[in-house]
Amino acid sequence: MEVTRERVDDLRVRQLRAREMLRGDIPDKELEAYVEERVLTTTLDKAVAWARGNSLFPATFGLACCAIEMMSVVGARLDIARFGFEAFRASPRQADLLILSGRVSIKMAPVVRRIYDQMLEPRWAIAMGACCSSMGVFNNYAIVPADKFMPIDVHVPGCPPRPEALMHGILKLRDRIQGNAPEGWRERYDAIGTEEVVGAADGPGSPFAVNVFGSGETGSA
Amino acid sequence: MTVSDYRRQEESITLSGEALSQELMTINMGPHHPSTHGVLRLIVTLEGEIVRDVKPVIGYVHTGIEKTAEDKAYWKAIPVVERMDYLSYYFNAMAFCGAVETLLECEVPPRAQYLRVIHLELNRIMSHLVWLGTSALDLGAISVWWYCFREREALLDLFEMSSGQRMHTRYFQVGGVIEDIPRGWAQRVSAFTKTMRARADQYAALLDKNEIVLQRLRGTCPLDEATLLGLGVTGPLLRAAGNPWDLRKAAPYCSYDHFDFKIPVGTQGDNYDRYRVRHAEIYESCDIVDQALAGLPEGPFITEDRKVALPPRHELATSMEALIHHFKLVTEGFRVPPGEVYYPIESPRGELGCYVRSDGSSKPARVHMRDPSFVNLQATAPMTRNSYIADLVATLAMLDPVLGGVDR
Amino acid sequence: MPDATGLELIAQDLRAIHPDAVLGTTWFREQATVEVAPAQLRAAAEALHARGYTFLASCHGVDYYPEEPRLGVHYQLLDMPNVDRICLAARVTVEDPHVPSLCGIWPGANHPEREVFDMFGVVFDGHPDLRRILMPEDYEGFPQRRDFPVGGEPVIFTYNETQLPGWTQ
Repeated sequence: MEVTRERVDDLRVRQLRAREMLRGDIPDKELEAYVEERVLTTTLDKAVAWARGNSLFPATFGLACCAIEMMSVVGARLDIARFGFEAFRASPRQADLLILSGRVSIKMAPVVRRIYDQMLEPRWAIAMGACCSSMGVFNNYAIVPADKFMPIDVHVPGCPPRPEALMHGILKLRDRIQGNAPEGWRERYDAIGTEEVVGAADGPGSPFAVNVFGSGETGSA
Repeated sequence: MTVSDYRRQEESITLSGEALSQELMTINMGPHHPSTHGVLRLIVTLEGEIVRDVKPVIGYVHTGIEKTAEDKAYWKAIPVVERMDYLSYYFNAMAFCGAVETLLECEVPPRAQYLRVIHLELNRIMSHLVWLGTSALDLGAISVWWYCFREREALLDLFEMSSGQRMHTRYFQVGGVIEDIPRGWAQRVSAFTKTMRARADQYAALLDKNEIVLQRLRGTCPLDEATLLGLGVTGPLLRAAGNPWDLRKAAPYCSYDHFDFKIPVGTQGDNYDRYRVRHAEIYESCDIVDQALAGLPEGPFITEDRKVALPPRHELATSMEALIHHFKLVTEGFRVPPGEVYYPIESPRGELGCYVRSDGSSKPARVHMRDPSFVNLQATAPMTRNSYIADLVATLAMLDPVLGGVDR
Repeated sequence: MPDATGLELIAQDLRAIHPDAVLGTTWFREQATVEVAPAQLRAAAEALHARGYTFLASCHGVDYYPEEPRLGVHYQLLDMPNVDRICLAARVTVEDPHVPSLCGIWPGANHPEREVFDMFGVVFDGHPDLRRILMPEDYEGFPQRRDFPVGGEPVIFTYNETQLPGWTQ
């Protein structure tokens, strides 16, 4: 009984959050929590997630040079069909993965956002290439990094990324959808505690970061 | 100008003066559309299924490349400029390097010129393969797409072997090329051109006499040579209309006059001729590559002028002068004497020109790339007026616009 | 290219049309440029068209900041049968950036002139459809002028991430 009520509440909360997100109302922190919530925990959810991850429908969204490398991923050498993702849909209503391939100019950003909004839940976005993740080669007035107007799940670096790199990014996303989110490198290499943190005492005046161990101490021995 | 004035001008149509039998309908194709070859937005005014007017709206991938290039040294601007027309990256680099070499009055050694020609023609083949694949995809002949991309992978392997990168290789430098070709590359290129000819024959066998291709392309959207010249159209579009204008023959640059090749020319200027002209150019490019490989001269692969090109790394250990040159070139870059120059070359889409203005410092004062697709796109409306919307899709495919170059 | 003497002959012919037409000629790296007063631009272009330069290869803008007049418009013309190129240039100031449009002679000048208007603010009188082509229609400013900032995002490092706008943690 309790479980049912919890699940109904959970569903209601998620519906409200989904509506808020569609309106673009969610502030960043809650958006992150919402995205993380997609890692589902019950067995049925796991099965559904496994199916979803293995049947992504990417949307044909080629913007610039990365689009040509995205076409290479579909090509016969690095066949995306062996993973089940060959069904590129032209209509965003039928797609669940938006692979932003190329530079997003300020004229195109509202169009991209509109396409992303038209996609149905659950949906994911991959920022392929350096230009849409950060500004890439062109740090100027005409481009906007995709993080500024839509949530991105995986960033694939490269200019343009090799088809293998894009495939790696898509498979990472698949793992994340299926609940096996890959460990970050700090967990994998036992490097927790090596972050550089801007301390409380630092203000705009101090340009250098403070190592979390402080001066005189080192990470090992 | 207010935004509503904008909309009104954007949607205003220029009719041909015929009486209308049906109401006009304005639809918006793009910028996200499967058949617009990039983020091109077309505002199409239809009367039934007949196109009465087409207004292209561009700027959706405007990257400010020319402004960014002003901010970087000449050497560092090469990768920026390369990313303009993203299917013909060697051509972008060639136009820019050629303009800077003209300003510097820098001699390019013959081996570098031949290597440049080989890479340019391989890039032409690659660009035509992508064009053929995506155009056939638009027409519904989807198998051709797979075959073209199979050849393209072989080509990108060759580019990766010579420069380390598949696309945007920054292989062309001011004064030559960045490094010599590795052992075995020439043999692989010869093997490639041999198979490429056979594969191009296969594409012809699939498409040339195909009934559907003939019905879609033969006789659709022709445009006469005079109108094309007035619009500034160059490249395969102009050659399909009967004018054999090709800068490689008319104003040879970079040793193109050493090679013997033909210019395919069409007769009617319709979509079918545009297709056949580009397809025939693949064979001619294979010929040029073979001749260049056979006659590849020995010598340096970049100019010996240390004020322009980096010294070889082994010299840095022994020569102080080489170290200083290296330092100055990497940090500040070479200075170019003040002046303005316009350097045109023949890219797969037409005349690609690079205008560079230098003010004597190490950064260009103005870089403008005259992109062929930007000018060729103006021909969309005259070509497709009074034809069906399906012909509009086929014509866009045959126009071969690359929106990176259109928007820069 | 016409050689240096050919260029002077062309300049003479243009001066015959109007004495103030030619403001200068440049012969640099074997490329010819004729600088013309903006008011006589159309007449000069028609004269060159009649001489055989019937193809407009390129129309682009330049900002000569800090030299005045700042904004330049270059028309790169091509004579196909003789493989001859010449550049027709006109310079205007930011305060009065009006240049007659050459769309009547070359319909292919339509989009390039719109781009020069968009990027530099040069107004082409007589252009059928002068509006922004590359930037969004409500954009303010003319990006490729030399005093317009390059823009861009600051690179985020750990030492400055809290001070940058958009930091949400």
